[in-house]
Amino acid sequence: MKELSDLKFPADVRYAADHEWAKIVNGVARVGISDFAQDQLGDITFVELPQVGDTFGKGDEFGTLESTKAVSELIAPLSGEVVAVNEALEDNPALVNGEPYEGGWIIEVRPEDPAEMNDLMDRDAYVEMLKNQS
Amino acid sequence: MRYVPHTEDDIRAMLDVVGAPDLDALFASIPAGARRPEGLNLPEALTEMELTAHMSALAGAGGQGFQVYAGAGSYEHFVPAAVGYLLGRSEFVTAYTPYQPEISQGTLQAIYEYQTLVSRLLGFEAANASMYDGATALAEALLMSLRINKKKTKVAVSRAIHPNYRKVVETYFRPTGYEVVELPFDGAGRTVLDGMNLADLAGLAVGSPNFFGVVEDLGPMAAKVRDAGALFITSFTEPLAYGVFKNPGSLGADIACGEGQSLGLPRSFGGPGLGMFATLMKHIRNIPGRLVGRTHDLSGRRGFVLTLSTREQHIRREKAVSNICTNNSLCALAAAMYMASAGSTGLAALARQNRDKAEYLKGRLAEKGLVSPFPGPTFNEFVVKMPQGFEARWKELLGQKIMAGLPIERYYPELAGHYLFCATEVHSRENLDRLAAEVTK
Amino acid sequence: MTVFPGDSGLIFNEPLLWEKGKKGRVGISLPRPDVPEAAPLGDQWAGPAPDFPDLGEVDVVRHYTRLSQWNFGVDSGMYPLGSCTMKYNPKINERMAALPGLADVHPLLPEEYVQGPLRLMYELQNLLTEVTGMDAISVQPTAGAHGELAGMLVIHAYHRSNGEKRSRIIVPDTAHGTNPASAALCGMEPLGIQSNDQGILPVEAVAAVMDESVAGIMVTNPNTLGLFEENFQKIAQVVHSKGGLVYCDGANMNAIMGIAHLGRLGVDVMHLNLHKTFSTPHGGGGPGSGPVLVRKHLEKFLPVPRIVKDGDRYRLSDDFPDSIGRLHAFYGNFGVMIKAYSYIMTLGKDLKKASQVAVLNANYIKEQLKSVLHLAYDRPCMHECVFSDKNQKDQKITTLDMVKRLMDYGFHPPTIYFPLVVHGAIMIEPTETECKEDIDVFIEAFKSVVREALEDPEALHRAPSRSKVRRLDETAAARKPCLIN
Repeated sequence: MKELSDLKFPADVRYAADHEWAKIVNGVARVGISDFAQDQLGDITFVELPQVGDTFGKGDEFGTLESTKAVSELIAPLSGEVVAVNEALEDNPALVNGEPYEGGWIIEVRPEDPAEMNDLMDRDAYVEMLKNQS
Repeated sequence: MRYVPHTEDDIRAMLDVVGAPDLDALFASIPAGARRPEGLNLPEALTEMELTAHMSALAGAGGQGFQVYAGAGSYEHFVPAAVGYLLGRSEFVTAYTPYQPEISQGTLQAIYEYQTLVSRLLGFEAANASMYDGATALAEALLMSLRINKKKTKVAVSRAIHPNYRKVVETYFRPTGYEVVELPFDGAGRTVLDGMNLADLAGLAVGSPNFFGVVEDLGPMAAKVRDAGALFITSFTEPLAYGVFKNPGSLGADIACGEGQSLGLPRSFGGPGLGMFATLMKHIRNIPGRLVGRTHDLSGRRGFVLTLSTREQHIRREKAVSNICTNNSLCALAAAMYMASAGSTGLAALARQNRDKAEYLKGRLAEKGLVSPFPGPTFNEFVVKMPQGFEARWKELLGQKIMAGLPIERYYPELAGHYLFCATEVHSRENLDRLAAEVTK
Repeated sequence: MTVFPGDSGLIFNEPLLWEKGKKGRVGISLPRPDVPEAAPLGDQWAGPAPDFPDLGEVDVVRHYTRLSQWNFGVDSGMYPLGSCTMKYNPKINERMAALPGLADVHPLLPEEYVQGPLRLMYELQNLLTEVTGMDAISVQPTAGAHGELAGMLVIHAYHRSNGEKRSRIIVPDTAHGTNPASAALCGMEPLGIQSNDQGILPVEAVAAVMDESVAGIMVTNPNTLGLFEENFQKIAQVVHSKGGLVYCDGANMNAIMGIAHLGRLGVDVMHLNLHKTFSTPHGGGGPGSGPVLVRKHLEKFLPVPRIVKDGDRYRLSDDFPDSIGRLHAFYGNFGVMIKAYSYIMTLGKDLKKASQVAVLNANYIKEQLKSVLHLAYDRPCMHECVFSDKNQKDQKITTLDMVKRLMDYGFHPPTIYFPLVVHGAIMIEPTETECKEDIDVFIEAFKSVVREALEDPEALHRAPSRSKVRRLDETAAARKPCLIN
């Protein structure tokens, strides 16, 4: 596993304590997992995605990530309806490892309450949280 | 002492290292109230010769030397010497589940080959590394259909499936809250779907050949069941049938599961057998049991590993697709050796012989007016209505070490006087002639 | 200088079955046809011959002989796989199981013709109830997890018979994954509790969650840290006082035969693994046998058919209306039972000695290795001890690296990364059948691996180097599953 200093934490997304990130573009929130989370999980072998049209509350499980020896739940960082899922992950789950903030995004959600974004951490707060955990 | 190689000196020296005065001191953490100071009340230890004598006496009180003209889920086939010999290789026998692939490639490649052989025999895209037996495999298949069709809570099982398999399904389902309904069979001994609301079902299971030996018309049933959105599951007790009959995969089944004892295993008073389980790749994440997959090592050489383990209990715990861990791996290996030895040519020839023998016996019995109520095609088993009072003759024949079919009234009260017969390649024409003559004496 | 068992020699390549052979070859001796050919089936029914390779007998014999040589078994060397009790599998037991009067018996022959097999099963049941101190038993379950399922079904049936539906069950964090999975099959949700800093369950943790909605508790004892649950009796009292039942996973029974009495301990239901404690070979993943045992008040729920003795005759009976039902097409893995029966008859009272020496061996290894490996709980252990890779953290050497290197020395690795409560766990169970000299070589091998971690960490990252294949790409296998050829 990498040192924190070797991991990327872009400033234009916001982070949840469960290590998901979210970013709103044109009223739609794109959601993925952080570089820290993918590094902890190791090589992702399978992403179980929800269906477009499913709705989740903040804190609900919306899917799972599998590595060869573990399964981790994906927790919705904000409430809303799924409007898109990243189908590229079905064939290439390694995208979550390789580019967690770009090609490795997981779902897009129409937020029920965009203000929930304010409950998420900015880059500095998230990195601070990780430092305190280690 | 047998199997404990330690001398008194060894024990002394090791206790010194551990810092314990005696062996009892090692158990200080066990509370006094949970101990058994009285020791074990067990028989005197036997020497190897004594054990052999004792066991031979028990074996002599068994069903040795019987001519058994009954199958019903346990079949007598000739097992080639090479299979028994190879299966005894202790590198296979004394290994654990292949958790460390680098030093378990023997088991892993053999199971990968087994999965392939089973998939080809049954007509599917994937098979698991084995289940306990045909009955538990059926219960697991039905549970799998409920995982796939999450919104449904009901499954259906043909009444012509082996009665003990249906009992096992009942046991597995009782605490689940899911409903199991039975499908009746018609005058031809075939399952009837009419009247069943298929759209309610997560899965529907039919046996073929079924308990009566009757080969079901799976194709049209598969189409109906799948059109209704349910999984079509087929169960079997005699996989050798697919050496001559169309296999369930080619007829549209989603899952085929059953007993593989026929493929190189002794009857062994009913176990261990071999639960075979095959399905389509689209369902693979819901399949119970271990799977072996092909990969490569650091040098790029082909190798095999246990894979898709995230389905299983050791990772997903209460959310696992099944609780199965130890399965019947060595039995799967026996089946692989048997199928590899027979090959395509040999398996087809053996299957033909089985059908030929059974058809011959059927014919000889028919000459005596003993006919099957179920006229459709059968493999190596078939039901015959025996004359009134045959039970006494059946018991007499048992005294002569001949089991002339299995009375099935205890499973199907409406089939009083009906017997399930079986003939395989081990039964000679002479013996079949004798049987036909004896049953009418 | 110690000579370690690991060495290298000529290893054969062997292709997949369908990469050899020729169409038309047959590896079996087909019986001579002596009856007329049956009428053809017709297109509606007839299928093609299965798509198998056609091989000669020599092809098959070499194939499986070579494959077997890529495997490591107890007969190859020490196999200290924690919680799996990989003890020596006596050869006489194999011969007994192959006796024609036992191996060739049809399961549906009438009872009077199968008195031998029935008697064997009946006597095995009595032997196992004596060893455990339980009151009643069924040998029908075919594996440990199957026995657990039987036990959970008994607990479910017991509560139902009291008009209750209890939908939760306490499962500690040290449990095998089969425990929560078996409970879930019975519609019970596992309630997790944690072991304390001594590695055992505190009574308070159980008392805090135990109430009338909880069906009971599942405890492995000795637990998967190799420690005896010292509070077991008090925990059982707490569970019983709220109407719950106590389930004991007997996977680790090899530590306590002839020493602990599970009935007196407060166990209501338990299972055994005949393929662990009672020496039947594991076969690369089964077949096993997982008898379920209960106290008297739960006997009526045991699976059917049960073996009943009337005078000197044995029979099978389904006449137990409260039974959980049938769990197997016939009576379980009889072939495995024969081996366990032979084993117990061979050892008799010496079963206790087997447990004592199993515990001695584990404690001896624990004492000898704790100077180089981090010992998770530094206290006397039962039949297995649990270390971790904490001491090797600075060298960036993991448990996986160390055990892979152990293969090169000629040993099967211990159980790793389990139990989950110990990060990087290394769980060593030597069993009683390893002699002191071999254990000393194992200890020296492990110490040598630890030295290499400091001096030549690359040797560990590269390991194993003497096996048929090197480390395998499990990620690739899972991402693009290739399950058949």
